Amino acid sequence: MYRYLIRRLFWAGVMFIAVTIVSYIIFFLVPAEPARLICGAQCPPDQVERVRKEVGLDDPVYVQYFRFLGGLMPVDLSPLHLKTPSLGNSYATRQPVNDIIKAAAPVTASLVFGGAILWMLVAVPIGILSALRPRSLLDRAAMVFVLIGISAHPVWIGLILIYFVGYKAGLTPLGGYCDLVNPTTDCGGPVQWASHLILPWITFAILFAALYVRMIRANVLEAMNEDYVRTARAKGAPEWLVMRSHVLRNAMLPVVTMLGMDIGLALGGAVFTETVYGLPGLGKRALEALEGFDLPAVMGIVVFATVCVIIFNLIVDLLYAVIDPRIRLS
Amino acid sequence: MALLEVNDLRTHFRTDDGIVKAVDGVSFEVEKGQTLGIVGESGCGKSVTCLTIMGLNATRNTISSGEALFQGKDLLTMPKRRLRQIRGNDIAMIFQDPMTSLNPVHTIGRQLVEAIKLHRDVTSRQARARALELLKAVGIPRAERRFDDYPHQFSGGMRQRVMIAMALLNDPDLLIADEPTTALDVTTQAQILELMNRLQREFGSAIIIITHDLGVVAETADDVVVMYAARIVERAPVSNLFNRPHMPYTWGLLGSLPRLDTDTERLTQIPGQPPSLLNPPRGCRFHPRCPYVMNICREQEPELLPISDDPGHLQACHLDEQTKDREAEKLAAGNMAEAS
Repeated sequence: MYRYLIRRLFWAGVMFIAVTIVSYIIFFLVPAEPARLICGAQCPPDQVERVRKEVGLDDPVYVQYFRFLGGLMPVDLSPLHLKTPSLGNSYATRQPVNDIIKAAAPVTASLVFGGAILWMLVAVPIGILSALRPRSLLDRAAMVFVLIGISAHPVWIGLILIYFVGYKAGLTPLGGYCDLVNPTTDCGGPVQWASHLILPWITFAILFAALYVRMIRANVLEAMNEDYVRTARAKGAPEWLVMRSHVLRNAMLPVVTMLGMDIGLALGGAVFTETVYGLPGLGKRALEALEGFDLPAVMGIVVFATVCVIIFNLIVDLLYAVIDPRIRLS
Repeated sequence: MALLEVNDLRTHFRTDDGIVKAVDGVSFEVEKGQTLGIVGESGCGKSVTCLTIMGLNATRNTISSGEALFQGKDLLTMPKRRLRQIRGNDIAMIFQDPMTSLNPVHTIGRQLVEAIKLHRDVTSRQARARALELLKAVGIPRAERRFDDYPHQFSGGMRQRVMIAMALLNDPDLLIADEPTTALDVTTQAQILELMNRLQREFGSAIIIITHDLGVVAETADDVVVMYAARIVERAPVSNLFNRPHMPYTWGLLGSLPRLDTDTERLTQIPGQPPSLLNPPRGCRFHPRCPYVMNICREQEPELLPISDDPGHLQACHLDEQTKDREAEKLAAGNMAEAS
C-alpha cells in the first residue's frame, strides 16, 4: 500500500515537471514580447528594457524555469526557512498569482461539483432505464438527447439558455457570480450563489450527462449479458436483486473512474461555460492570461490544473482498490 | 411420473436475418436420481434446450413452445414468481465457464449465502454453516479460510467446485450441468466428473449433463440423447448407445473419439459443417454430411422411432436395420471398453 502510494507520488512529480516544462517552452516559442505588454503600448524602448530586467525576462529560459520551481518549493535555502509556495506575480496586474487562483478556484469548483452532481442525477437513472428497455421510446429519446448533448456547443447552449430563461422569462440572472459564504460584493449567500449558477450548471452538465448516459447504458447492457448475472437468475434471485447486487455493482465500476478523471480535468477551468456566463473562474482567468501573455498567471493555472488531475487520479485509484476486489495495491 | 418430462420443446429466436430455430421439437424424460446426457456439436441446441427449461433465455425475441413438465407442472407457462422459487431450489444449474460464472466483486461466501437465503428462511450463521458444509463436500481445502475470498483468488477447477457447491446448497431434485468440464484441463475434468458422480450418490439428484464429449457421457450418464441441428436424432440407455449406435451421426461422433486399443494415426471426422438453423436442409438434416445418404433422405425427414427389438432405443434414420447393425458392430468392438 505505502509502496504503491510512493510510486504514484513519484510519477505524479514526474508528470508535474513534464507538464510545466512543456508549458514554459510553448510560451517562449510564441513570438511575443511580454515586457512590452507589461509596460504598455506607449512605453519607450529603454523602459521596456528595464521592465524586462526587473521581471527577469532577460534570463535564459531554464533560469526562469528554475526560479519558478524555486518559488514553488516550501523551503528557502539561504537562509534556510519555511515559506509558502509562491507562483510568482502576474505580469499584468502585479498581483500574486496565488491570490488570483485563490479567488478563481472556488468559482470553478462550484461550477464543476454542482455540475457533476447534476449530470450524475440525470445520467444514472436514464442510463439504467435505457439499458433495461433497449429500443423502447425512452431509450430512443435518451439517445436523441445524447446526440444533441454531444453535438451542441456549450457556448451556444449557454446563449440560448441566457436568452430564453434569463432574459425572456426573467427566471435567472444573466450572468456573473455571487460568493457562497461571504458577501464581499453586492451579492452573496447560498441563494444568490445557486441562482447565479443554475444555468452554468445546466450548460456544463449537458455534455457530460450525454456522455455518461451513453456510457452507463453500454455498461449496464454489457453487465446484463455476463455469465454471473445468468448464475444469479439461475439461483432464483428476483430481478431487482439481480440488478442491484450483480449488474449495477459491476456496471458502475468504470463510471467511478471516469467521474474522477472528468472532475479532475474540469477543475482546471471550464473555459466555455465560464466565459459565456462571465464567471470569474480558472478557465476565464486562463483565457485572459493567455491573451495578455501573462506567463506567471498561465503557469499558475496550469500548475493548479495539473495538481487537480493528479490528485483526482490518485483518489480514483485508491477508491478503485476499495470497490473492486480484483485490484490489490501491492 | 418422470421427474422432468419435455414434450415437443421448441425455442425460436427472432433475428435480423430471420427466425433461428435453435430447438425444434425436442422430447425426453429424466427419471428421479438418473443422469441424462445430451450430446451434440456446438450450436445444435443442447444448451438452449436447458436454458429454456430454466426460463433463462432472454425474453425479448425468443419464442418458446411445447411443455417442460417438472413434477407434473409446466415450467414454460408457470408464473415467473413460481419459476423463481423452483430455480436454484428444485432445479439448479452449473455453467460451462467457471471463470465468468461467479460475480467478481462479491466473495464466494456471500454468493453462496445469497443462494441459500433466497429459498430458505435461515439466519446468516446457519446459511454460512450450510455453505461451508457444501464447500467441504466439493473438496475445497481450508473452506473456512477461503469463504471470504473472491472468485479471482480461486483456480478454474476450484471455481467449478464452488459452482457445484452453490447448485447443491438447497438439495435440488434436478441438476442441469451445461458442459461443466469443457473449460477445464483434463485432470481437473476427471476430478469434477468424479465429484459429480459421488455427489449424485450422496444427494440423489437427477442430473442432465450437456456435453460434446462422449467420454463424459460414458462416465456419467444412464441415458443419452444425441442432438443434431436442433433435433434429437438418437436416444438410448448409455450402454445401448455405445454398443449398438443406430444413426450415422452417432457413428461419426463415436468414430471421432480417440482410442487406445487401435493403431489408427488419424481420427475419423464427420465431413462438413453443422447446418445453419436459419435455413436447415430439407429432409433429414444430416443428409448433406451423411456417407450413407439415399434419395429418401433428401426428401423426407425421418421420425424418431424405436428400433424393432429394443423399444427403449429411439433413432431417426431411413437406413435399414441390417446396415445399421453391421456398421454398429464395427464401431462397438472398440467402444465396449470405454462404456464400461
